[in-house]
Amino acid sequence: MAYANEKLSEEKVFKDPVHRYIHVRDKVIWDLIETKEFQRLRRIRQLGTTFFTFHGAEHSRFNHSLGVYEIVRRIVDDVFRGRPEWNEDERLLSLCAALLHDVGHGPFSHSFEKVFHLDHEVFTQEIILGNTEINKVLSKVGADFPKKVAEVIAKTYKNKQVISLISSQIDADRMDYLQRDAFYTGVQYGHFDMERILRVMRPREDQVVIKYSGMHAVEDYIMSRYQMYWQVYFHPVTRSAEVILSKILHRAKSLFENGYPFQTEPVHFYSIFKGKVSVDDYLKLDESIILYYFQAWQNEQDKILSDLCQRFINRRLFKYVEFQPSNEEWTKLMELTSLFKKAEIDPEYYLVVDSSSDLPYDFYRPGEEEERLPIHLLMPNGDIRELSRESEIVDAITGKRRTDHKLYFPLDFLKDFSTKQRAKQSILQLLMGSTDFK
Amino acid sequence: MLTDHAKLMKVLAVSKEIVGRKKLQKIMYIAKKLDFPFYEKFQFHFYGPYSEELTLRIEELCNLGFVDEVKEKKGGYYQYKYSLTASGEEFLSHYHLDMPELDIFINDLNEKPARFLELVSTILYFEHLDKDEVKEKVFTLKKKQRYTEEEIESAYQYIEELRKKKTGS
Repeated sequence: MAYANEKLSEEKVFKDPVHRYIHVRDKVIWDLIETKEFQRLRRIRQLGTTFFTFHGAEHSRFNHSLGVYEIVRRIVDDVFRGRPEWNEDERLLSLCAALLHDVGHGPFSHSFEKVFHLDHEVFTQEIILGNTEINKVLSKVGADFPKKVAEVIAKTYKNKQVISLISSQIDADRMDYLQRDAFYTGVQYGHFDMERILRVMRPREDQVVIKYSGMHAVEDYIMSRYQMYWQVYFHPVTRSAEVILSKILHRAKSLFENGYPFQTEPVHFYSIFKGKVSVDDYLKLDESIILYYFQAWQNEQDKILSDLCQRFINRRLFKYVEFQPSNEEWTKLMELTSLFKKAEIDPEYYLVVDSSSDLPYDFYRPGEEEERLPIHLLMPNGDIRELSRESEIVDAITGKRRTDHKLYFPLDFLKDFSTKQRAKQSILQLLMGSTDFK
Repeated sequence: MLTDHAKLMKVLAVSKEIVGRKKLQKIMYIAKKLDFPFYEKFQFHFYGPYSEELTLRIEELCNLGFVDEVKEKKGGYYQYKYSLTASGEEFLSHYHLDMPELDIFINDLNEKPARFLELVSTILYFEHLDKDEVKEKVFTLKKKQRYTEEEIESAYQYIEELRKKKTGS
C-alpha cells in the first residue's frame, strides 16, 4: 500500500479539552507528530506572555496544531467527502498543512520577530523543505509533496479551496485558537457553535462557502474573535510583558555588538545577533532556553539588562497610560524623552509606545489592495453573497480597524525620589497629571 | 520609536505622491528586496506580496497628521493617493535616516504602472524558484491579470537593471 494511504492498525486518539478527542488514522500524520521539529512545539506557548495576565494560558503550539488538524479532518472527512466540488486527492495535503502550519514558530515569536527581523513563515518553509525529519516523512508521500504542503501554508498553492481551509477569515486555525485560548485563559468570550459552522461549510471552486442557514453561527464567531482580540490578545498587561521582553532582546544584542563581557554568554543567540540564523540554530531555541538566559542575566553587571530580566522573571511590569497619536502627544513624548535622560533613565529601554490593531472582518473590493479573503454565503437559490451584504451585525464592523496605543514606563523608578527628584516629578506630572500615581 | 514610520515617510517625501495602495505596497516590497532597510513582513495575497504592517503604519501616519490620504472614486472602485503633509516634512527633518540612493530607486519604481510592479514583486516573491516555475506561478496565481511572456521577460530585465544599479550605487 502506498505510504500516502497507509492507515494505523488502530485509530490513535489524543484527549483534548477543546475538541474532546483528536483522531489519527493516517500513518503520515502519526509520523509527522513524532518528528522532533513537531515535538518542539510542546515547548513553545501558544500565547507568549499572556500567562502573566491569565495564568491558565500555558498551552502550547503543539496543542493548537493538533486542534487545527482535527478541525480540518472533520471538515474533509465528515462534511466534504463525496461532494463533487471536493477533490479527495487533496485530503492528505490539507491535513498535513493544517498540522504543520505553525511549525516555524519560535519562542515568544512576536517579540523575537520584531527585534531580530525574523519571519516564522520563512522558517516554516525551510523546516518543511529542508533537511529535517518532517521533510523526510513528507517526501515518502511523494517527491513534490513537501513543496505542495509548503505552498498551501504560504498561500501560493494553485487550489485556493485547500488554502482557505487553513487561511481565511473563517478557517480551522482561527476556529481552534479562539476556542482553545478561551478555554485556557478561562474567559467567557471566544465561544461559538463550531459544530454548526462545520456542518454548513461547502466546497466551491477556489473557496469554501457557508450555507446561508449558518449565517448566525458565523456572526457569533466573528463577534467572539473581536472580543478575544480586545479582552485577551491585546491585554495591556500582556503587552507590558512583551515590551520588557523586546527590550531585553534589544539590550542583549546591543551589549553583544559592543563586546560586553557577559557572565552568562548568549551562546544560543550568537547566530541571531549576527543576523545569520540557520534552521538548525533556530530549532534549538525554545522557551526553556530563553527563560534560562533571562534567569541568569538577572545577575549581569549591566544594570539595564539585569533590571529588565528581573522585571520579566518576577513579573514587575511597566505601567502604562493611553497614548493617542497626534502632534500634541508626539511633542509630549519628545519632552518625556528629554526628561527621562535628565532623570538618568534610558528612554530607549524605559519609555515605550506600543500599538495593537485589529480589523475584525473585511471584504475584498476589486481594485484595492486588501488582505482578506471574504466570507461567502451560499444562498438558498445557489447564488454566492458576501457575508456583510446579508448580515447587519457584520456590516456594522466591516472594515473598521480598531487601534490602541499605550505608553509604557517603569513607575517604580519614577517614584523613587532618592535621585533626580525634580525630573521625575516633572515626568509623573506629564504622564499622569499628578505626582502621586498609585 | 518611530523609525520604521519615518522610513515610510522618507519614501513618500522622495516620491512626492504615490497613487494607489497596491502601488505603495509593491514599491515597498521591491525596495525591501533590493536590501533597503525596510522590515515590514509581507505575505502573498490577491495582488502579490502584501504587508498588513505597512497598511497599519500608513493608517497611523494619517492619524498623526504626517501623511495625507486622498480617496478618489475611480469607476467601480476607490483609489487612494498618499503624500507627506507639512507637519510630516517637519517631523522628518528632525529624523536622521541614512538611506543613500533611496530616491533614485523610489522615483524609478513610482513611474511604473501598478500592474507592472505587481508582476515584478510577484517574480521577486518566487525568485528562489526556476524561471519556468516562476512563470507557472504567475500564470496560475495571477491568471486574471493575463500577463504575457513578453511582460514577464521585461519584468525580469527590470529586476536585473535595478539590482545592477543597486550594486553600483
